[in-house]
Amino acid sequence: MADTAFGPHPDRGVRQVETAYLDLVRRRRMYGGILLIVFVAMMAAGFDLAQSRNAGRVIDGLPMVLSFPSEVISEAWDKRGNIPALLAEHLPSLIETVNIAAVSTLLGGLAAMVLALLSTRGLARWPRLTPVFRRLMDATRAIPEIVIALMLIYILGGGPVPAVAAIALHTAGALGKLFSEVAENADLKPVEGLTSVGAGWGQKMWLGIIPQVAPNWLSYGLMRFEINVRASAILGFVGSGGIGYDLKIAMQWGQGRYDQVVAIFLLLFATIVAIDRLSDHARARLVKGRNA
Amino acid sequence: MLEVRNVTRVFGQKAAVDDISFTVEGPAFVGIIGRSGAGKSTFLRIMNRLTDASSGQILVEGRDILALRGSAQRQWQSDCAMIFQQFNLVPRMDVVSNVLHGILNRRSTVQTMFNLWSQADILRALSILDRLGIVEQAPKRAEALSGGQQQRVAIARALMQDPKIILADEPIASLDPMNAQVVMDTLKRINVEDGRMVIANLHTLDTARRYCDRVIGMRDGRIVFDGTPAQLSTGVARDIYGADASFNEAATSTAIPADHGPDDAYAAKMLA
Repeated sequence: MADTAFGPHPDRGVRQVETAYLDLVRRRRMYGGILLIVFVAMMAAGFDLAQSRNAGRVIDGLPMVLSFPSEVISEAWDKRGNIPALLAEHLPSLIETVNIAAVSTLLGGLAAMVLALLSTRGLARWPRLTPVFRRLMDATRAIPEIVIALMLIYILGGGPVPAVAAIALHTAGALGKLFSEVAENADLKPVEGLTSVGAGWGQKMWLGIIPQVAPNWLSYGLMRFEINVRASAILGFVGSGGIGYDLKIAMQWGQGRYDQVVAIFLLLFATIVAIDRLSDHARARLVKGRNA
Repeated sequence: MLEVRNVTRVFGQKAAVDDISFTVEGPAFVGIIGRSGAGKSTFLRIMNRLTDASSGQILVEGRDILALRGSAQRQWQSDCAMIFQQFNLVPRMDVVSNVLHGILNRRSTVQTMFNLWSQADILRALSILDRLGIVEQAPKRAEALSGGQQQRVAIARALMQDPKIILADEPIASLDPMNAQVVMDTLKRINVEDGRMVIANLHTLDTARRYCDRVIGMRDGRIVFDGTPAQLSTGVARDIYGADASFNEAATSTAIPADHGPDDAYAAKMLA
């Protein structure tokens, strides 16, 4: 300690550090306290605003939240004998929905890979153009899928193609951002090694970066696949076919068709579980090698 | 005070620690030496309950600490500090917070999650840092410190625990000679001044000779030597490291007991 040389108080350096650190702690606690107060105040104010703009009263409505699901389930339970047949009946449209999701995830994922590598600091082919690629991805994420799908349905007519295009576009932006964040944390030493042997940009990315990021990219990709199954079901509501269309018909009919609604939800749930299991398995393979 | 009885740990088919027993009375500085894979780390991890033993007992003041479960186990861990080769600090938290982690077991979860330490705790952490000569680093992030400083923060965390026993798993293996000496001197000071038992895994014979009251040599999970540093002859060292007559002492930075040349050279290098 430099201070000790100056005076008769050998303790002075320690005292200074002590007061400085206690001040720091006090300041941090004050900021934390202020943030907490702001958070609570905003939540309270926000609740009041939302309450005043609601048609009914939130508190009064709360007990009713479960009434629709319980109506659906009790009716489906009464007609539970129908469900196996209904599952079989809706399977083809489920396959159509899953197909839409798979194709759009694949196309969007490939675009995302390229966009991610082009917009990652330290990896980009043209570093000056990274903001351009980033804004491009922001734009694809900003437009709701349903707007693109409706526009394309208007131009191309109903069917799976508009749904694929709409979902793929959104997937490219969403996955591109996640992929680029994963790639940002990749170790650059292997890339330096490949640079030292004279590899080109494509070679460096494919052989130096992709092996490192593959497990995370794959799990993000499969997660996106799950989301896209749901998205493609929703697009069925606006006329792009698949299980969403069946669900819309069943729900519109109201009482009397709730066994169909439950059958469709069961199919969707089973699909999501299957994708999740597949994701776990594929990731373990990639991370631990073939013998895992 | 410490009695190890027939402790064994089996991984698959292989025994990493194979039926070891020894007794330590009073606050000794015990060094465990042996080549890598001899089971030194596994034994320390068993003592700290980071790894479970397959069989055996470790009695500390008459209590079998291998039989403890749940909160009793965590309480034992809080009384038995561990220092790691790679320091194992939380890199993004400041030095004082890392030191305060030593008393996590004695404070409530909510209090520690929000970093609400009492002023007395903070002042105690700072006084420990001052004792180890790194109090100026107090507000810095742990990751910003050099290896030797980080290891001293880890020792400060251990002291915060106010432990009866300090376990050190290769505390100087990733440090340069200068920092290694500072860290070993610190451990020795804690051993002598506070009367805390220190058990350290060491990979070099000269460190073991210089600092330990007692040296235990392990090979393939077994204890093959147990004695004073003075009894560590070249033949014994060969036995511990499983080397033949061509064993080169310099390979483990060893000095032959009768020959102080390398030690003197080391000292001269330190003073240079």
